[in-house]
Amino acid sequence: MKLGDKIATREAYGKALAALGETHDFVVLDADLAEATKTVYFKKAFPDRFFDCGIAEGNMIGVAAGLAAAGKPVFASSFAMFAAGRAFEQIRNSVAYPHLNVKIAATHAGITVGEDGATHQCNEDIALMRTLPGMLVINPSDAVEAQAAVKFALEHNGPCYLRFGRFATPVLHDPDTYSFELGKGEVLRDGTDVTIVATGLMVSMALEAAEMLSAEGISARVINMATIKPLDGEILEKAAVETGAVVTAEEHSVIGGLGSAVAETLSMIHPVPVYRVGVMDSFGRSGKVPPLLKLYGLTPENIVAKAKLAIAAKR
Amino acid sequence: MEATKLTELQKIAVKIRMGVIEGVHAAGAGHPGGSLSIADIISYLYFSEMKVDPKNPKDPDRDRMVLSKGHAAPVLYAALAEKGYFPVEDLKTLRQADSHLQGHPDMKKTPGVDMTSGSLGQGISAACGMALCAKLDKKDYRVYAIVGDGESEEGQVWEALMFAAHNKLDNLCVIIDNNGLQIDGAIHEIVSPAPYEEKIKAFGCHLVTMDAHDFDSIEAAFAEAKATKGQPTVIVAKSVKGKGVSYMENQVKWHGSAPNDEQYAQAMAELNAALAAL
Repeated sequence: MKLGDKIATREAYGKALAALGETHDFVVLDADLAEATKTVYFKKAFPDRFFDCGIAEGNMIGVAAGLAAAGKPVFASSFAMFAAGRAFEQIRNSVAYPHLNVKIAATHAGITVGEDGATHQCNEDIALMRTLPGMLVINPSDAVEAQAAVKFALEHNGPCYLRFGRFATPVLHDPDTYSFELGKGEVLRDGTDVTIVATGLMVSMALEAAEMLSAEGISARVINMATIKPLDGEILEKAAVETGAVVTAEEHSVIGGLGSAVAETLSMIHPVPVYRVGVMDSFGRSGKVPPLLKLYGLTPENIVAKAKLAIAAKR
Repeated sequence: MEATKLTELQKIAVKIRMGVIEGVHAAGAGHPGGSLSIADIISYLYFSEMKVDPKNPKDPDRDRMVLSKGHAAPVLYAALAEKGYFPVEDLKTLRQADSHLQGHPDMKKTPGVDMTSGSLGQGISAACGMALCAKLDKKDYRVYAIVGDGESEEGQVWEALMFAAHNKLDNLCVIIDNNGLQIDGAIHEIVSPAPYEEKIKAFGCHLVTMDAHDFDSIEAAFAEAKATKGQPTVIVAKSVKGKGVSYMENQVKWHGSAPNDEQYAQAMAELNAALAAL
């Protein structure tokens, strides 16, 4: 893959599993969605270490916990709705509480699930996973970061939630030079008037928004926040001090996700106006991805509008 | 079973029952009924059946026991203390804020606890994962899971049995503690999971039944489980809730309440008499 290619992060996840399977001893579980989550690549390469648990996500998470308790690193995959949502309590009590080495790799997060509609569009998973003590929450912005995050998660001993999307998005990072660092935000573009903190597929839109703001004479900093937990307070404080206004952008509910995490952090260390772009306390619906993104305000235009409001709200 | 071994196991079981009463009484809370119903099974597992070493509780090759009905923690703690994982005196700290003995089993706090459990339906899935790990690593350790009969109202129990049968986890032995009572009343009056036998067979598991308070029956059941190849074994253990303390036997109210000082004294007197008779 190279800069500008359009690749879904789930695709990068599946490919990364298959590549890491050559060098690392681990197991992959799925719940009858291997073709969609892309664990199918691992399944084909390492059929002896792949187990389809069928449509039984609660049991899948429990099996993952048992494998980890017996010493085997394990990835468990399903759609975000059924991993973080359906199996929340199993993740909470059987994985997070005993702090077991289970990677919950959830695909089809957010509304870019598209045509399947609201029952399958999870806008709540970051909020759910973020509340669990010891759980890492990583939401890569592109295929390069996704691939690197999978390797990081495998080599990290402890529970981790990885969030991947269905929709193909632009590669923003150079695969030859990128390295993933847990808990570190990444300044993709510097600016002085406002900071856009984005995660997942909203990162490329944040860059577009910064370009649009620049045409109007507004200088916007763009931070890619791939790790939502632990959150990079340092980079946020610096941004708040230097730009005085923040906009967050995420393909997730504005309640409990990146926007909440950023507001919680800044309210403590350096309060500035924080405007949130995300799904506004509503459920998704069926549709093609581009009109859905527009319908839910997950657009560069909305980031621009919120940036102007945040700047106007500066003291 | 040889007479000396039988007497030895019976004595251990009484001591473990005493540990349950000590803990629950000191805590002023806990679950004595479902602890006492599996006291003989737990005694057999830790003192005859399982390959475990209290000096090396994390031995990767050890047999494992997941108490899926985690509310019976007092009996697991009593067995682990009796086995030497930690001092018997610790049992009196059950459920205290500075104790390693949590209300439900915690693998990160208590030596010898193989899996954190308590949210019903989840432990059996973890036991499947452990048994699968043994197969993948070509190790011969066995995994035991004790499930409550009320717990089997959780759909996840049946998801786990399907998984275990599909993956031919013959190193997994699930014991259903069939004491017939749950918090809100008799199981057949709440939502009956019966008949177990037909369901278990239909789910692809090898069925064994046993008397949960007869060591010969227990020994035979576990031997049959061990000899069964190609499928997991589920033992339906016919038990008496509160077994060993007269006023607790078959009484729903002793699912989750602690004896007062007078009741404690009576329970200990009965158990001391039972021990003296052996």
